[in-house]
Amino acid sequence: MKKIIFAIAFLIFFSFLMFSAINMRSFGDPVISEMDDYFIENAQKETGSNNVVTSIVFDYRGFDTLGEATVLFTAVVGIVALFRGVK
Amino acid sequence: MNEMSKIVRTVANFVYGFIIIFGFYIIVHGHLTPGGGFQGGAVAASAFALILVSYGTINSQKFLKKDILSLFESFGLTLFILLAFSGLGITFFYNFLANSGNWFGNTAVIGINPGDMNTGGLIPLMNIAVGLEVLSALGVIVLIMAKAAEFTKKKENS
Repeated sequence: MKKIIFAIAFLIFFSFLMFSAINMRSFGDPVISEMDDYFIENAQKETGSNNVVTSIVFDYRGFDTLGEATVLFTAVVGIVALFRGVK
Repeated sequence: MNEMSKIVRTVANFVYGFIIIFGFYIIVHGHLTPGGGFQGGAVAASAFALILVSYGTINSQKFLKKDILSLFESFGLTLFILLAFSGLGITFFYNFLANSGNWFGNTAVIGINPGDMNTGGLIPLMNIAVGLEVLSALGVIVLIMAKAAEFTKKKENS
C-alpha cells in the first residue's frame, strides 16, 4: 500500500518536473535583465576588478559574504563546543 | 587514524607545499581569475587533510596546531568586518580604495584584458581575509574531528 502511494507521488512530481524542464526558456535569455546588464556594463568601471563575479560577491553584495563567513564561523564554534572534552 | 606507509608520507611531503601555494594563488588572484577566498581556502585546507591522513592523528599534531588555526580564523573574520567598516564614511561595504590611485587603486582597462594585480580596491584584501578564515576554519574542523575519532576509539577499547 505504502509503495503504491510513493509510486503515484513520484510519478506526479516527476511529470511536473519534466513538464517544467521541457517548457523552460533557453539558456542565457532571461525575461528581466536590468540588474545583469547593469553589472556587466559597470562592474569593471566601478570596482576596478576584472572578475565580475568577485566584484558582486565582495562589493555589491558584501552582506551576503559576511553572512556566509559568519555561518562558517558558527559551525566551527559549534563543533569545538561539541567536542570540548576531547584531549 | 594510523600512520600510512613511507611511500605515502614521502609523496605527501612533496605535494603539500604545492597544494598550499596553489590555494594561496587562487586567494590572491581572486579579483582577476575564477575563484576567490572561499575556493582557495578550501584548496589550502585540503593540504591539512592530506597531512592528517598520511601522518596519522598523533604525529600530525606536531605540524598542525589547533590553537594557532583557531586564532587565524578569528583574525580573518575580524579583519573582514573591519574592512567592511572602513568604508563607513559613505556606506557599509563601500569600496573606497577602488580607482583611487593608492593601494590596489589602479583603474582597470574596460573590456577583455590580461589583468593587473594592483586593481580592485578592497576586494583583494577582503579575499585574503575570507581565505584565511575559510582555510583555518576547515583545518580546525578536520583536526578536531580526527582527534575526537581517536578519543572515541580509545574509550571504546578500554
